[in-house]
Amino acid sequence: MAHASSLTRSRRRSAWIFLIPMLVILAAVAGWPLLRTFYFGFTDANLSDLSTYKFIGIENFYAVYDGEAYGLLTDPEWWQAVWNTLFFSVISVSLETALGMVVALVLNQNFRGRGLVRAAVLIPWAIPTIVSARMWNWMLHDQFGIINDMLMKLGILSAPIAWTASPDWARSAVILVDVWKTTPFMALLILAALQMLPGDCYEAARVDGIHPVRVFFKVTLPLIKPAVMVAVIFRALDALRVFDVIYVLTPNNPQTTTMSVYARQQLVDFQEVGYGSAASTLLFVVIAFCIMAYIMVGRVRLDEGGH
Amino acid sequence: MTLIQKLLAGAGVAGVVFAVAGPAQAAKLAISCGAVGQELTLCKEGVTAWSEKTGNEVDVISTPNSSTERLAVYQQMLASGSSDVDIFQIDVIWPGILGNHFIDLNDYMADEAKAHFKPIIENNTVDGRLVAMPWFTDAGVLYYRKDLLDKYGEKVPQTWEEMTKTAQKIEEAERKDGNEKMWGYVFQGRAYEGLTCNAVEWVASYGGGTIVEPNGDISINNDKAKQAIATAAGWIGTISPDGVLGYDEEGARGVFQSGNSVFMRNWPYAWALANSADSPVKGKVGVAPLPKGEDDGQSAAALGGWQLSVSKYSKNPELAADLVKYLTSYDEQKRRAIKGSYNPTVADLYKDKDVLAANPFFGDLYETFTHAVPRPSTVTSTNYNKVSADFWQAVHATLSGTQTAEQALPALEHKLKRTRRSGW
Repeated sequence: MAHASSLTRSRRRSAWIFLIPMLVILAAVAGWPLLRTFYFGFTDANLSDLSTYKFIGIENFYAVYDGEAYGLLTDPEWWQAVWNTLFFSVISVSLETALGMVVALVLNQNFRGRGLVRAAVLIPWAIPTIVSARMWNWMLHDQFGIINDMLMKLGILSAPIAWTASPDWARSAVILVDVWKTTPFMALLILAALQMLPGDCYEAARVDGIHPVRVFFKVTLPLIKPAVMVAVIFRALDALRVFDVIYVLTPNNPQTTTMSVYARQQLVDFQEVGYGSAASTLLFVVIAFCIMAYIMVGRVRLDEGGH
Repeated sequence: MTLIQKLLAGAGVAGVVFAVAGPAQAAKLAISCGAVGQELTLCKEGVTAWSEKTGNEVDVISTPNSSTERLAVYQQMLASGSSDVDIFQIDVIWPGILGNHFIDLNDYMADEAKAHFKPIIENNTVDGRLVAMPWFTDAGVLYYRKDLLDKYGEKVPQTWEEMTKTAQKIEEAERKDGNEKMWGYVFQGRAYEGLTCNAVEWVASYGGGTIVEPNGDISINNDKAKQAIATAAGWIGTISPDGVLGYDEEGARGVFQSGNSVFMRNWPYAWALANSADSPVKGKVGVAPLPKGEDDGQSAAALGGWQLSVSKYSKNPELAADLVKYLTSYDEQKRRAIKGSYNPTVADLYKDKDVLAANPFFGDLYETFTHAVPRPSTVTSTNYNKVSADFWQAVHATLSGTQTAEQALPALEHKLKRTRRSGW
């Protein structure tokens, strides 16, 4: 650093000059609202009148009145929401990764009409979530839905199932819709990694007569692992703050309420901006913690290939 | 005076001139209307008639069907002080929550307000300010299939127990006849405000109170209420499809109007639609008060209904108030009652021959409409949403079988007491 040449220094300066507009905009549209939410989490602000509120310390998180504990940290519904979110994220991201891998391996082969199939696979990802969730809502409808109709005609079901209303099925229904929607995203990222693979390893394997399954586990998987790990981070970040699918498919169902749904309910339905902001703050902390744990355990190197 | 100040002053003067000119100067208003059933069509027709009369342009904005979601949209718009919407259609339970954002309509239509039902005007008056004008009132009623009751020689049920038996009997017999999709009873069982209305009716009909009594006492944890909710939980999967746990008003109507249910709990708007030209159950439907809890119990209908309010952020409050006056007038309410079965809030309309001819049950059920049970929104004020959400969650958990009423109601009482900690 101390011995940097004048050329390096001037380069650094111009890098900063180019970065400043981006940093200013980021601070304005992301940094400021985030800090404001953190701050609101320590106040008693209410949506009906946002001009007056006072600082109440950590009461939104934890407070004791008459020997009874109040606050977010003591709210069983909040912890249920945290558990629901983690459950949803782990299951749906695992399924998406596995299915995405399969789709990507297929799309990586040469066959006629590959371009068309590649485009078609992306359609679920391209449909806005609200629209696809509404569509699934109708398909899963207990009386008029096509899913029940098909399963009954095939003789798999004897009576229609209320997929989105029954507590046993609501979770599965939400995960199903999310997997349907975001598998293409995973497939796309894994496909990109597959296409970067060097051909010579495969030629060597073919010459040695190695079984394709063994090639996949010994050659392909280790080589694309860094890319898959990063793709999983993207998806996990998305899944941990899931809101739209659940809000449309199973609103107010305690079995599927996630952290974001909980925070919105407090903020908007109950008008408790202070408490809701506290929930949003904790949501941020939980997500940050999960991702950090993932990066450490998975030894993901985010700067891979940057040198 | 700088140039900018001059310009601003000029604009201010121009603004005053336009405002004073009032209806003579064509302006643009926006009104948010509900879209349940024929609501949107009727709203558009009424608005068009007014705009042709006065020469002002009006945008009709449709809002989510679920009242819970609609309130969320309104809260966001109003909290930001947006002037995009001038007139809001608000639920009977919202004056306390949203009242701050609306103008006092006493300044524009204090005389007209006298013709409307007094309890609703009182409900809409917050701190002496009339924040909303009643547009139509609502009360839960029981729809039944006349043809099916006749076919099996059954009477219109007087108690929930009778209703359950009749529904069970007809459902089984019809299914044997090959009508496999037949159910006994559909209602609003989704976890939202509609379930609160349904459950308030069950509890009140068994004499179990109104969750929170008008004096602020939390009364929900009592044996009558437990019995009421446990009875309802017994319907799921027997006379009501499991999917009823996800139905709102239109979901229930979808099943009933396709001819797949013997009974339905809904608001009066479903009458006109069930009897519309393309309805499979046209002419086969009857309307009765909801069943009583027990023989010595009472029939209870939840008080619903919608009001019109003028936003205080509106750029044309005077004009908006004029449109509200028009839409809530005797003639317009009469038109809506005949065409869409929307219950008038003007008392005299219940004696109007044309209205009664279109909706024969308006006369028979006059008592039901005037003595409907209010939800505890006045006493719990800004906490009402929370009370209602906790209530519907407890009921939904009981209906879906994850809890018994014995477990759910003490837990609910505890929650409500926590909410009340700093007073209602």
